[in-house]
Amino acid sequence: MKVLVAVAEVADVEDEFEIDGLAIDEQYLNYDLNEWDDYAVEAGVQLQEAGDDVEVVSVTIGPERADETIRMALAKGVDRAVRVWDENLEATEYLDSETKADVLAAVVEDEQPDLVLTGVQSDDTAFGATGVSLAEEVGFEWAAVVNDLEYEPGSDTASVHRELEGGVEEFTDVELPAVLTIQTGINEPRYASLRGIRQAQSKEIAPKTLDELGLDASVTDSAVSLTELYEPETESDATLFEGSPDEEADQLAELLRDEGVEA
Amino acid sequence: MSDVLAVAEHRRGDLRDVSFELVTAGRDLADAAGGDLHVAVIGGDVDGFAEELNREGVDTIHTISEGEEFNHDVYTQTVEALFDELAPELLLLPNTVNGLDYAPAVANSLSLPLVTDAIDVEYGDELAVTREMYGSKVETVVEVDADRVALTIRPGEWPPAESTGDAEISQFDVSIDESAVRSTVTGFQEVGGGDVDITDADVLVSVGRGIEEEENIALVEALADTLGATLSSSRPIVDNGWLPKNRQVGQSGKVVTPDIYIAIGISGAVQHVAGMKGADTIVAINTDASAPIYDLADYGVVDDLFDVVPALIEAFGGEPPAL
Ligand SMILES: Cc1cc2nc3c(=O)[nH]c(=O)nc-3n(C[C@H](O)[C@H](O)[C@H](O)COP(=O)(O)OP(=O)(O)OC[C@H]3O[C@@H](n4cnc5c(N)ncnc54)[C@H](O)[C@@H]3O)c2cc1C
Repeated sequence: MKVLVAVAEVADVEDEFEIDGLAIDEQYLNYDLNEWDDYAVEAGVQLQEAGDDVEVVSVTIGPERADETIRMALAKGVDRAVRVWDENLEATEYLDSETKADVLAAVVEDEQPDLVLTGVQSDDTAFGATGVSLAEEVGFEWAAVVNDLEYEPGSDTASVHRELEGGVEEFTDVELPAVLTIQTGINEPRYASLRGIRQAQSKEIAPKTLDELGLDASVTDSAVSLTELYEPETESDATLFEGSPDEEADQLAELLRDEGVEA
Repeated sequence: MSDVLAVAEHRRGDLRDVSFELVTAGRDLADAAGGDLHVAVIGGDVDGFAEELNREGVDTIHTISEGEEFNHDVYTQTVEALFDELAPELLLLPNTVNGLDYAPAVANSLSLPLVTDAIDVEYGDELAVTREMYGSKVETVVEVDADRVALTIRPGEWPPAESTGDAEISQFDVSIDESAVRSTVTGFQEVGGGDVDITDADVLVSVGRGIEEEENIALVEALADTLGATLSSSRPIVDNGWLPKNRQVGQSGKVVTPDIYIAIGISGAVQHVAGMKGADTIVAINTDASAPIYDLADYGVVDDLFDVVPALIEAFGGEPPAL
């Protein structure tokens, strides 16, 4: 069987940053594998280790720079990867979840996986919609916010736990083929071993254009556009203690004592 | 006519708060668009729910008796059928775990542009939706250029509609295609329990990812011990297995209302804040002065926790552990 894990490279913003038009200045951004996707990769690799004939393929939408991030997934045991990018995607100002789902759907058509894993959301845009949109697009069943997965490779049903709010979990049986969006904490993502990192160098990252996936450039047309990006006005009216850490700690201790905390 | 259709959410016999917030947001938008507000409730005790949802500003409540609990296949089919029937301009759904389990499918299937996790919405020539990015460090406005739009709203951002209204209640029948129902909810489980109940504590010392390593947890444990407080945490600490699940504060953890909440190395992500914003006094220790936790904090120390926490332990006569 085949498991497709969709991964994204996301940007983390430094504490101090500047905005340039509708984006944050590149120098304040650090790129990394999306936190939720790290757990999805681990879930995929665990299935591969549990079954005899399970292939795990990663797919990402992103520029060449993203190869570095994909290598991390390959170093952790993913067999090969597909990276979709071209000048049309490059020129797209706002990749909404519909466009992402359409592009990923074309890769699903190509790869014919039995199971697709994605993260619950991307750390940067936090739309939380790509996985379920993709499922609908390709006619797969799905489950969102999965924090436990029981699946025997080859079987036609997966049993999952979905993490609802307030410490309640829902148990659901999902027919395959399916898309599952993976929540952090479902497993313990492994570190890439030195051996894994070396092996990843020789694994394939196949670049694909929209054209090669049989998609028209119009797939990037979107009704949604970004019109403003700004630092929210701070709503903070916190009293900040000042001085050296010792002085700050003394002031805080005084406050806590005033509030009735007694050591 | 530019109507709005909002879909309520319930779980295990109770409407969730966000349902009433959807009414407020829906009414505002319906007013701006010059249309009616329709509210749908699917499954469970729909008649009882309809009575509760009959708040001021709701024009019509559609009850759909399909199942007891949320099943996304049933919800997806039902909302699509109702959308086809009413042809509203705006579809409003909650940005909850279940909302995100069907909103993208409905939007995709109906070819509606979707914007999730809205914290503010303005209806003008185009719909302008405010949302956050990069862990609340920036806000964005996205405009949607379409006749019909799907939107999910963040819980807690709109006041719940309170007073009783005089909505028309109408039963909507939908024939569910059972062959397209390919998932089955088999049960629920309450997680947690364990040694301590953080919801009982008067003082919580709460630790987040700023603590960096498992060994360093000893530092905040020592602070909690010194203060006679209870130790809690943000999610990554639990995900890493450094503290048990019953210590997690937040949307998917516990909602706590202590007298004092000391957030140490916690950024204040929306899902964390959902669990602790009701604390009386909130203290933050965080190196990043612009971390969203400071929007909530009453007091703050913008400094390195590895310097401040040992000094605080000493200020209370305790001895910080050697790290
Ligand atoms: C469906 C869903 C449900 C979720 N449920 C929950 C939930 O119940 N509870 C929850 O907490 N999260 C939950 N999350 C996760 C949430 O989105 C955040 O990822 C999480 O809260 C971040 O935890 P954090 O603040 O500890 O880490 P980070 O966001 O990484 O913040 C770490 C902070 O530490 C500060 N820091 C770093 N080093 C130091 C230092 N030396 N001294 C002082 N400060 C320092 C940094 O400035 C930063 O602000 C959920 C997410 C999803 C999608």
